[in-house]
Amino acid sequence: MKIEEQNTADIELGALIGRVEALKEAGFRLVQIHCTKLDDRLEINYSFDRNYEFQNLRINVGIETEIPSISGMYWGSFAYENEMHDLFGVQVKGMNIDFHGTFIRTAKKYPFREPEFRGEGPCQER
Amino acid sequence: MSRKIVMPFGPQHPVLPEPIHIDLVLEDETVVEAIPSIGYVHRGLETLVAKREYPEYVYIAERTCGICSFIHGMTFCQGVEQIMDLEVPPRALYLRTIWSEYSRLHSHLLWLGCFADSMGFENLFMNSWKLRESVLDVLEETTGGRVIQGSCKVGGVRKDIPDTVLERMVEDLDPFESELKSLGEVFLKDNSICSRTKGVGRLSRKDAYDLGAVGPTARGSGVDIDLRKTGYAAYKDLSFEPVTSACGDCYGRCEVRVRELFSSVDLIRKAVSNIPQGEIEVKVKGNPDGEYFSRAEQPRGELVHYVKGNGSKYLVRSRIRTPTLTNVPSLVKMLQGCELADVPVIVLSIDPCIGCMER
Repeated sequence: MKIEEQNTADIELGALIGRVEALKEAGFRLVQIHCTKLDDRLEINYSFDRNYEFQNLRINVGIETEIPSISGMYWGSFAYENEMHDLFGVQVKGMNIDFHGTFIRTAKKYPFREPEFRGEGPCQER
Repeated sequence: MSRKIVMPFGPQHPVLPEPIHIDLVLEDETVVEAIPSIGYVHRGLETLVAKREYPEYVYIAERTCGICSFIHGMTFCQGVEQIMDLEVPPRALYLRTIWSEYSRLHSHLLWLGCFADSMGFENLFMNSWKLRESVLDVLEETTGGRVIQGSCKVGGVRKDIPDTVLERMVEDLDPFESELKSLGEVFLKDNSICSRTKGVGRLSRKDAYDLGAVGPTARGSGVDIDLRKTGYAAYKDLSFEPVTSACGDCYGRCEVRVRELFSSVDLIRKAVSNIPQGEIEVKVKGNPDGEYFSRAEQPRGELVHYVKGNGSKYLVRSRIRTPTLTNVPSLVKMLQGCELADVPVIVLSIDPCIGCMER
């Protein structure tokens, strides 16, 4: 038995802003935005909640595709959008606060979408 | 018009248990803008999902945070269990609830100590942490670990708590609760604390909701979001109402945490009195194929573990959205217009867990 029902709608990139606007007007709060790298595509999920009703919007875009920011509707989305940019190299257009790759200050340059692992064997052999 | 200067706050600062950097734009002593940046303890834990089999990843999920480690492990396991349609035995769900509430007690007492320390109230800091020790003793006795418990697994839990120990735990809650009362009174009634917290770091109910605040940060502004209401683990069987405060300032957030300590004690009592006998784990066969957004209420607020599997023993994606990350926009809002001297108290009031946030 599922703890809660979770609806995911696969949408086109062009429909994103309209759908997010509708959710904002209906009183949903932004829960999170995250990115998953699937071969040569990126799957981006936008999650919303209203009184424990969980809604998820999903877009599937190419790695170099520029996506619009939703910070005009959800001011706090800058944290997730900058995170996606720094970790996966997603180009987000029109962010209210754009850190230009310095939100997550790591010694290694962003993005991290092609992770490197130091070794497969025991750490003594690395 | 006064000149604007930028003052760096952190990443190393006496009140910060972990590193976060905030550029404070000041006009005289007033903060007009706060710009956060993170990344000093980014460990790439989400990426490790490609290198660890999903049952092993529970240990990594637990190490996301050194305070609410149990709840991280449980939320990850819950996600995998939902994908695989596993029926976790009821006793395991009750044990998870008991350990979750002890984690909340441990976390809130730790925070109360740090909060007192941020105001220079050293005696109160030590008293809070003294009380926290007794909670850690219970976690150590029942799981084997004070900080990293390692007692949760996909399909249930690794250890049972004998009934005699459960009875003693409940008996010990009486003196513990009476000490909590004395401690809570200082936090809520002491003049020095009231003058440092009331009206400081204001966040309206509307702003809290619009900015996506969660946990005591949202509830301290009157937004009653508490994921325990979704009924995961054994919460569906335990009557429970979220604790809120209408103050919308540092005092409100402190009040919520103090009152949640008593709520956790109540939940532990109810869980122990209702815990059923039986198995503590179910046998797990196969690999997860599907996705689920597993949500739970951490001491700092809503935690999301997104789990996506493709039928192999390695998951495609694990995304951990911790409450501190979603409370950062609210923090930025709270800091605008505050006095420089109040910045440490306001930053602490969201209970920032940076290791958790950066993963």
